[in-house]
Amino acid sequence: MSKSTFTRRGVLKSGAVAGAGLALPTIFTASSVAAYTNAPSGSSVTLGFNVPQTGPYADEGADELRAYELAVEHLNGGGDGGMMNTFSSKALQGNGILGRKVDFVTGDTQTKSDAARASAKSMIEKDGAVMITGGSSSGVAIAVQGLCQEAGVIFMAGLTHSNDTTGKDKKANGFRHFFNGYMSGAALAPVLEKMYGNDRTAYHLTADYTWGWTQEESIAASTEALGWNTVNKVRTPLAATDFSSYIAPVLNSGADVLVLNHYGGNMVNSLTNAVQFGLRDKQVNGKNFEIVVPLYSRLMARGAGENVKGIFGSTNWHWSLTDEGSKAFVKSFGTKYGFPPSQAAHTVYCQTLLYADACERAGSHDPCAVAEALEGFEFDGLGNGKTLYRAEDHQCFKDVLVVKGKENPTSEFDLLEIVEVTPASQVTYAPDHPMFAGGALGTCNSGA
Amino acid sequence: MDAIILQILNGLDKGSAYALIALGLTLIFGTLGVVNFAHGALFMIGAFCAVTLSKILNISFETIDETQVDFLGNPLKVKTPYVEAWFGPETGAALIDWSVPLAIFFSIPIMIAVGFIMERGLIKHFYKRAHADQILVTFGLAIVLQEVVKYFYGANPIPTGAPDVFKGSFDFGVLFGFDPNAIIYPYWRLVYFGFSTLIIGSVFAFLQFTTFGMVVRAGMADRETVGLLGINIDKRFTIMFGIAAAVAGLAGVMYAPINSPNYHMGMDFLVLSFVVVVVGGMGSLPGAVLAGFLLGVLESFASMNEIKSLIPGIDQIIIYLVAIIILLTRPRGLMGRKGVMEE
Repeated sequence: MSKSTFTRRGVLKSGAVAGAGLALPTIFTASSVAAYTNAPSGSSVTLGFNVPQTGPYADEGADELRAYELAVEHLNGGGDGGMMNTFSSKALQGNGILGRKVDFVTGDTQTKSDAARASAKSMIEKDGAVMITGGSSSGVAIAVQGLCQEAGVIFMAGLTHSNDTTGKDKKANGFRHFFNGYMSGAALAPVLEKMYGNDRTAYHLTADYTWGWTQEESIAASTEALGWNTVNKVRTPLAATDFSSYIAPVLNSGADVLVLNHYGGNMVNSLTNAVQFGLRDKQVNGKNFEIVVPLYSRLMARGAGENVKGIFGSTNWHWSLTDEGSKAFVKSFGTKYGFPPSQAAHTVYCQTLLYADACERAGSHDPCAVAEALEGFEFDGLGNGKTLYRAEDHQCFKDVLVVKGKENPTSEFDLLEIVEVTPASQVTYAPDHPMFAGGALGTCNSGA
Repeated sequence: MDAIILQILNGLDKGSAYALIALGLTLIFGTLGVVNFAHGALFMIGAFCAVTLSKILNISFETIDETQVDFLGNPLKVKTPYVEAWFGPETGAALIDWSVPLAIFFSIPIMIAVGFIMERGLIKHFYKRAHADQILVTFGLAIVLQEVVKYFYGANPIPTGAPDVFKGSFDFGVLFGFDPNAIIYPYWRLVYFGFSTLIIGSVFAFLQFTTFGMVVRAGMADRETVGLLGINIDKRFTIMFGIAAAVAGLAGVMYAPINSPNYHMGMDFLVLSFVVVVVGGMGSLPGAVLAGFLLGVLESFASMNEIKSLIPGIDQIIIYLVAIIILLTRPRGLMGRKGVMEE
């Protein structure tokens, strides 16, 4: 009987040494052979779709995912091509991106920054995603944008409306197609002036996180410029569900307009509570009491039911637009899924096409080349009219819609009507505007 | 002054929801000795009973209206609820309008059945285990239940309106000589307050004035002796679990028009209700009700701007602050009995 010379400790030691030895060359080759993170080498390229699949924004996440799948189908030459046919840039051929078939992986952000970062990290490191896109909350978008900057991949933001995403937290690898709080204020103010006059007293209820703060600041600034007075700004916890104790003080505050800087379930509940308390039937200072919801979404409007009737807000896009791009998108989305797309679906579909197009024009997936192709890029045909991807802050400048809850909806999707299409020039601001100051874009990181 | 009255009303209304949930929690803890973290999920299921009945009443057939088009340009499909076709447009519309009050009758058998299944199927096996095990298993159950609800109903809130006659609000100010519109309060919230007082009263009457209730109270005091007297106390406790589930469910049904139900609403109430139970005194039914209303009113006062400007953020921590103070000064809670949860 031969005695084995292996000991448990010995095996472990040599295993560790061998493992480290094997890993060492790949650490070097990763940076020496590939010029950037996750450079695609085979016949396909992987995109990472990071959306809330669970948690309070799961329905928006589901709609985003549908739009991503539709975009991938169109990029690979399937379906009717959607907005690829109306897009002013003709670089996309329907043969994937740079001849490679587009694949995708999905992650669940759970609308939590840490979970979103973990799923983005996993898609970059395990699945080799060359671009990350998604998010239905500004907290999440800012967290994932930071991660993508460090990892050296492009981040194409989904639904995020905080000024900070392309303001103090902007990053060279991050790009936003969606509009922001400042733009909502700039678009809404003239309409509010026309409807409600110059002599108004506003009371703000604000969700207590980055998005709420920047929107409150933006709306207050633009309404005060009209001559309105802001009587109070009250922060409400994000986890609040019953807003009655925040609504009650509004009654006797002397305010005649209530601005709800709330989104998602917060907006549904605060608006419902405000209507229950009879605010809309009230007369203050000899005027009808009014409610304004600066950021509207059709999915949210559905949750608030008939309480949204006649209430003004702004939105990035709406399916009832009649330009060729919007019609093409509504047709291919509606045919595939049986209902019209939401603004969340629209923005992520555009972002996917814009990324693919930038790769084609740059001739590479290299984040720095893609960023260069996107910076200062002017395009049309994606549903918002002429649009500019501004180089200084990576924010898209395009028309903004002012909408109103419809009085007589004809279907469960027909909840908002477009009151005005505010031209891009009216919502454009200087890159160093005080509401966006404080951060630096930095330089692009390709992970090399 | 008017602001204070308004916040008291607000607090009573919030407090009624806390009190109803805490009452059920205390019933279960007092009888079965189980700390039931799935109790918030029962509240949520109750609210979804209202949603479900409203959906059932709204089941429609489609007719094609050639004169109108949908968003894709195809002829519009017009939906007509079956109840309107069967009972005539007026009766049908009234049934749909009154779906939430009708859901009270719809929910009671469902909630009792859910309670029975939960108790017999799962919680029964954890009676002799440590409280930590009970908390873990019921918390897990709560997550499972809310995920099931989310799977079928989605993550967004579903608007479920009160009947039209209860829409709008009542002007209290005029009654007490204030200016019109100074103190107004939504009708449905007043209904909710009245309804919960009725339920709380019925539960107390049931325990106080029926033989069944007497046996249950005896069992809560000394389970072993009652068992030795030849009474099947386990069976009665199972029935109490069903009743507690129904109380939570009814609280949920009537809450649906106040805030559109979503799958997460149970969790939002659960933690607060536990604080209510602890502040009221573990196992004390009057304590749970008293603490429910007390914390509801305090929470409302803490959201007043005058108080928030003195201590920022107080609205978010007031309940826990009160809980700490009460536990430090009266570890047994406001009306806790000696010996309960002290061994």
